[in-house]
Amino acid sequence: MALTQDEVLDGIKEIVVDVAGVDPSKIEMTKSFNEDLDVDSLSMVEVVVAAEEKFNVKIPDDAVTQMATVGDAVNYIVSASK
Amino acid sequence: MSNRPRVVVTGLGATTPLGGDVASTWAALLAGKSGVRAVSEPWTEASSVKFAARVAVEPSEVLERVEMRRLDRSEQFGVIAAREAWADAGSPEVDKERLGVVVASGIGGVITILDQYDILKEKGPRSVSPHTVPMLMPNGPAANIGLELQARAGVHTPVSACASGAEAVGYAMEMIRTGRADIVVTGGVEAAIHALPIAAFASMKALSTRNEAPEKASRPYDTDRDGFVLGEGGGILVIESLDHAQKRGARIYAELMGQGLTSDGYHIAAPDPEGAGVTRAIKYALADSGVALSEVVHLNAHATSTPAGDIAEANALAAALGSHIDHVAVSATKSMTGHLLGGAGAIETIFCVLALHHRLAPPTINIENLDPQVTIDVVRDEPRALPAGPIAALNDSFGFGGHNVVLVLRSFE
Repeated sequence: MALTQDEVLDGIKEIVVDVAGVDPSKIEMTKSFNEDLDVDSLSMVEVVVAAEEKFNVKIPDDAVTQMATVGDAVNYIVSASK
Repeated sequence: MSNRPRVVVTGLGATTPLGGDVASTWAALLAGKSGVRAVSEPWTEASSVKFAARVAVEPSEVLERVEMRRLDRSEQFGVIAAREAWADAGSPEVDKERLGVVVASGIGGVITILDQYDILKEKGPRSVSPHTVPMLMPNGPAANIGLELQARAGVHTPVSACASGAEAVGYAMEMIRTGRADIVVTGGVEAAIHALPIAAFASMKALSTRNEAPEKASRPYDTDRDGFVLGEGGGILVIESLDHAQKRGARIYAELMGQGLTSDGYHIAAPDPEGAGVTRAIKYALADSGVALSEVVHLNAHATSTPAGDIAEANALAAALGSHIDHVAVSATKSMTGHLLGGAGAIETIFCVLALHHRLAPPTINIENLDPQVTIDVVRDEPRALPAGPIAALNDSFGFGGHNVVLVLRSFE
């Protein structure tokens, strides 16, 4: 089932709050996981595994390396859900 | 020897079964309270041992949620105690290249290993946390403390089972004596209250099974002692060269005078009944410290409440100290804290520091009938005042594998 951008962004916010403990208001499409949100490469693995479970999609490792910003992840998951 | 730096204790931190910090732990210790309680978790149903000495304050009450996620329970104890100790030392501005960390653990992140193995079996390898390795490694507590304080003189983790915490403090002292560091954050932690370690220690017949009265289970030197009680928590000290402490006007609790290290070469787990290795470690420690035997008025014993261990130790103490043993007030604080394994030597060093500082030996509880083989002077039920003037204390710790560590501390005037 296709997901909307807003649905995925809300879900990613929940995951990032849980993994990195950042203020949810800071989590926007343009924010970098590593530089803005304290999600380092180890925590990114947690975000991806949680997102796969939450949105029922597969996110291969080479796609993860392309996900610099929250928007990158949201867009990938939206298109993967179609 | 005379020109090596003197080493003093300037900060203390702890989270133990008796309290979430040093002050509450020390108060409960003097009051003779037991930190041992029944454990009501699903695994205890099948276990022959249904109690333990859990920390009095859960780390989740103190740490941020993200810290809880990324740190093994043993690392959580280490970070909590280190923050208290560093603040207690006055949160000094120091040269990070002269700051070291030596923090031990007996077993490492065993709860992480077991939890992640459960996840691996239930959900598959992709669900195993990427934080698993930094959480399970035994040097994890030291590494996390070192990272937080940005310590760059060296971060180390000696491992010698239940002697680990004391060995860490001795290693830290040597870092200062040999000029590698001016100030070192040191101690030990353990978090192993879980079905597997309990089953494994129980299988060795090392644990008390007094399920009907957990708070009475840890009873060193009592005729009915039947094994140790597994405890958890940690203790951290800030130690520094006397020169460094005095230049920054630090409050000095006590002086760390020396250490003695030996190994038994006897058995992988059983103590040498002659206690020869312990006797030698005490002699080496006294020689290293330069403390006169007449100054030694207090000893925090290893005394875990096992039938064989307590007697072997008591005999070794008598052999090492000769007739002076009658002038040494011996406290077995595991009667209240349970046995913190790699954390034990560290919290007991803190207890020695406080005993010297406050001139008060903590009590030993639960001795209903003193084992007639025990001829040392055990402080029972109530704390005992220690004399005025320069006084010294010993802390002895032993670990499976035949490791013996003895530390000597002295009051600082």
